[in-house]
Amino acid sequence: MKFKTLKLLTGTTAALLLAANVAAAETPKRGGTLNFVVGSKIPSMDGHMEGTFGMIHPIRPFYSTLIRVNPANPSSTTDFVCDVCSSFSSSDDGKTHTFMIRNDIKFHDGTPLTAADVKATYDKLVFPPKGILSLRKKFFSMVDTITTPDNYTLVMKLKYPSPTFIPSVAMPFNFIYSKKDLDTHGYKWHQKNVNGTGAFQFVEYQPGSHVSGKRYDGYHHEGKPYLDGYKAISAPKMAVRLQAIRGDRAGIEFRGFPPKARDDLVKALGDKITVQEGDWNCSLLVTPNHKVKPFDDARVRRALTLAVDRWGGSKALSKIAIVKTVAGVVFPTHPLAANKEELTKIPGFWTDIKKSRAEAKRLLKEAGQSNLSFTLLNRAVDQPYRILGVWLIDQWRQIGVKVTQNAVPTGPWVDSLRKKKDYQVAIDANCQSIVNPIVDVSKYLGSASNNYAQYMDQPMEDMHAKMSRSGDPAEQRAIMRKFETRLYGEEAHIIPTLWWYKINPHRSYVKGWKIAPSHYLNQHLDQVWLDK
Amino acid sequence: MYKYAVKRILLMIPTLIGAGILVFMLMRMIPGDICEIRLGGTGLMVDKEQIDICRENLGLNQSLAKQFYDFAIGIATFNFGDSMWTGRPVTEEIAVRFELTLQIAFMATLTAVIIALPFGVISAIKQNTWIDYVIRLVSIAGIATPSFWLGIMIILGLLIVSQMVFGEPWMMPIQFVPIWVDPLANLSQTIWPAVAVGYRYAAVVVRMTRSAMLEVLREDYVRTARAKGLFEKVIINQHALKNALLPVITLVGIEFAFLIGGLVVTEQVFNLNGLGKLFVDAVLDHDFTLTQALVMMVVTIFVIVNLLVDLIYAWVDPRIHYS
Amino acid sequence: MAINETYVGVQEEPLAEQTWGGVAKDLIRRQPLGALGGLVVILMIAAALFAPQIATHDPEINDFGAMLEAPSLAHIFGTDEFGRDIYSRIVHGARTAMLVGFTAAICGSTIGLLIGVTSAYFGGWVDIIVQRVVDVLIAFPSIILALAIVIILGRGVGPVIIAITIPMIPTCARVVRSSALAVREIPYVDAARAMGFGHARIVLRHISPNIMAPYLIMLTTFLGAAILAEASLSYLGLGVQEPTPAWGLMLKSGAEEYAESAPWAVIFPGVAITLAVFGFNLFGDAMRDVLDPKLRSR
Repeated sequence: MKFKTLKLLTGTTAALLLAANVAAAETPKRGGTLNFVVGSKIPSMDGHMEGTFGMIHPIRPFYSTLIRVNPANPSSTTDFVCDVCSSFSSSDDGKTHTFMIRNDIKFHDGTPLTAADVKATYDKLVFPPKGILSLRKKFFSMVDTITTPDNYTLVMKLKYPSPTFIPSVAMPFNFIYSKKDLDTHGYKWHQKNVNGTGAFQFVEYQPGSHVSGKRYDGYHHEGKPYLDGYKAISAPKMAVRLQAIRGDRAGIEFRGFPPKARDDLVKALGDKITVQEGDWNCSLLVTPNHKVKPFDDARVRRALTLAVDRWGGSKALSKIAIVKTVAGVVFPTHPLAANKEELTKIPGFWTDIKKSRAEAKRLLKEAGQSNLSFTLLNRAVDQPYRILGVWLIDQWRQIGVKVTQNAVPTGPWVDSLRKKKDYQVAIDANCQSIVNPIVDVSKYLGSASNNYAQYMDQPMEDMHAKMSRSGDPAEQRAIMRKFETRLYGEEAHIIPTLWWYKINPHRSYVKGWKIAPSHYLNQHLDQVWLDK
Repeated sequence: MYKYAVKRILLMIPTLIGAGILVFMLMRMIPGDICEIRLGGTGLMVDKEQIDICRENLGLNQSLAKQFYDFAIGIATFNFGDSMWTGRPVTEEIAVRFELTLQIAFMATLTAVIIALPFGVISAIKQNTWIDYVIRLVSIAGIATPSFWLGIMIILGLLIVSQMVFGEPWMMPIQFVPIWVDPLANLSQTIWPAVAVGYRYAAVVVRMTRSAMLEVLREDYVRTARAKGLFEKVIINQHALKNALLPVITLVGIEFAFLIGGLVVTEQVFNLNGLGKLFVDAVLDHDFTLTQALVMMVVTIFVIVNLLVDLIYAWVDPRIHYS
Repeated sequence: MAINETYVGVQEEPLAEQTWGGVAKDLIRRQPLGALGGLVVILMIAAALFAPQIATHDPEINDFGAMLEAPSLAHIFGTDEFGRDIYSRIVHGARTAMLVGFTAAICGSTIGLLIGVTSAYFGGWVDIIVQRVVDVLIAFPSIILALAIVIILGRGVGPVIIAITIPMIPTCARVVRSSALAVREIPYVDAARAMGFGHARIVLRHISPNIMAPYLIMLTTFLGAAILAEASLSYLGLGVQEPTPAWGLMLKSGAEEYAESAPWAVIFPGVAITLAVFGFNLFGDAMRDVLDPKLRSR
């Protein structure tokens, strides 16, 4: 079952979307406990300093955020609605954002929520004191001041208008903490303790095993949640998560399964399994190290991207890996994304692979690199790193380039990418939560802290700066095209692969949960119910 | 005997110190950095500033000498610190998993001994008959089968067979419940890994029992007993088995010690939240404090079990001199 | 081979009559299982040596027109998720397995032998220090040691071999040392020393040959163990690298995802590993029975 959405252009305020919701409106049943499996583990419980779904899936339901992706329409990339606010608006110049905070919300410990709590939360996120981690600080670099004119109004003033601000506020990591907790227990208390305003109250955390929550009766979204509680069970092995759903030890897994796993489940259980699928705001990319010869030569990099048959690969790989869609630098269904006509003009996306490979060989010859061989640094993770690694090596073989692979655990992989920078060519990932293209593509700037290719491309920096301060969607789109062509085609700084494809087969009795473009999104679980 | 015991106990100290130095060095030689993995692992935007805060908080910016000093003092005073990954006390992280691991180790040992002793003895007595061959083939197969493969086959087999028989596929519980809380749930989870591990374990013990038995059967006193016309059964019970048991006890002891923290692959396959899984995670996460504490614990258990085995050995077999 | 080179043949039970032909005959007559194991070993070595000749396809080329195909005449063991021929990958995988198995086992047991003999021969402080190091390595969790080594050393077959070898050394050194202690007391060693032979010569030519039995037994045990260890490392994602054909690697991906829908991707590599380890163990057991004088049949 796929949820199609209308494509609308994004402005500084969230656009309300109509969703062509395929699922027939059913009356949710109350009660029951949802068991789900999580393929990662919890570092700390403080959303502000963590970046893994291993924390989001079990912990997110305890908390609320200021605004969130519309739970009824999560596959939209531009539909944001209030969570603890009753409304939000922005000034005409796009520099002042006002959030009206609801006055009927209480934390699980009974403390009423006011704008002061939201301010304290955002102060921690945006202006963390010395020694306090905030992984989200960067996203809010445009924020100038946060003020509370009264108990239920929050005003954020920006240094410049930015189309990336509202999507950043909607990020699921921005848990609202109580000012009282921050004041009395300090900024590290939430790493090990929970007190939120979410749909569920914390019950138990057993390290390495599970987290459980029970229904919070004072929840501010009326009538919700439907579940009595949930249990998030840790299961790092994909095979175990799959069999857990098959044997009904769990109803759902929220990250995603490979295609064969979906087929096996459906074959074994028929209509007891419902499958939701959609594009995923993650992709793997090949990063040539520009400081290592011959990858400083744009011709060599272009040859490497021209060798890759993305259209053919999409058909084959979508049967064995969690990748599918061929698209440019922007998430495929977002208004800023390239259409097929624009895309197929970019080298590497040509539909004629023979022509493309001939050009690749010509470029290699011209660069004097006809016998090129190198080592590909990869991450020792099966899906989809290993599969794409094998595929890419075979693609490059077809233009006469010999590649050996060095797949290493996450630690050495990150170390080589970020610290040592000693690799020749590496597979890297860009995986984000909220679809926020202008922020998401900032990874491709030479100046970005998470860009490991070691180049500096001033024209691209300028384009991005212009795009992030532009209020005009049409202008943003035009700049994005130039940015894309330069990145993938002319300079081939980065060699794109396919966009990930999220496949969530689950027990059919799990209702109300809708797939989003990211495994980080729509995980507050207040709308989920069990049809048992 | 007393002197021997004291000497053996004293010999444990250099082993523990050596293991401590080894794990401390190994962990710092592995390329990577817990802060980089945790904050930048999935290609997120992370400034060096944030990484530095994280490193500072975890004490990673201190000199190696200071870090080693803290580690050594911590071990000596039984203060193992907090896990760098979760921030929880290491003892708490380990305690949660220890129970499960210990239970599996006991069950696997029990399975192995119950299967292995009789078959090993039979195999030796009936040496070079078809019974011997079958037992040996089956036991070598136990050693030769990769345990993760066996585990996956067990899980899948249960799902498919149960669906054919009952209409609903059955999967073992994937979450640990202590045996005194719910014995049924506990056993229905732990029995499978115990069997999978027990099979390989039994295979090793069968081979040891067989060869120990063969050796003893050729000793002069057994030959003498035979020559005296004692019944085969009596010989085996009274003379041979007792002496053949010694190397078997050694093996069982060492294997048992190995199971604490050694079931890395099996725990992954059966989703057991045990020490083996914690161990691998800790190493891969660059969680220095946790890995160090785990190594020290496992090594301590190993040397203590070895000590006990040796003492039993010395006590049972008077031929051993304690030089 | 060293067995026949015993300089001064003072032994309880001389090994002089044990030529290789004699051992082989012995094996088939008295050890049918061992002979079977030997046959498997020969088969595996042959597959490794002649892989390019007996493989039907290139083991590394992707063929997306033939993904996960069931066994057929074109692909007798079927194909994997990349359309690669499983039979050809298994045959080529034998190379990896034999390379890892033999190198790790021979290095592990030989280094262990030298350390064990040296430690026993010199005794005193050398022995005490060497044995404490051995203590540490034996007590140290071997999978963690292997894991750490392979991550530190990085890519390729080499680090995998080293990671598998190092935990083997102390075990072998310990066993060899106890045998060597006994040999040291034998008069001919004193005689050799009296003749003014150097330490190296005595260790290598006089003591080592006399503890060949435990050495060979350790060696054959290690062979199977090394192949299994490689598979386990692969399962943890740290073994040999794709697209190099290796059994553990094939089994890892196959077993996780295709155990049900494409069982051939799991069964054949699984059988290859099991068969190889099986063969080496059977052969090793037989060797133990033949070589260990104490275990010789009546």
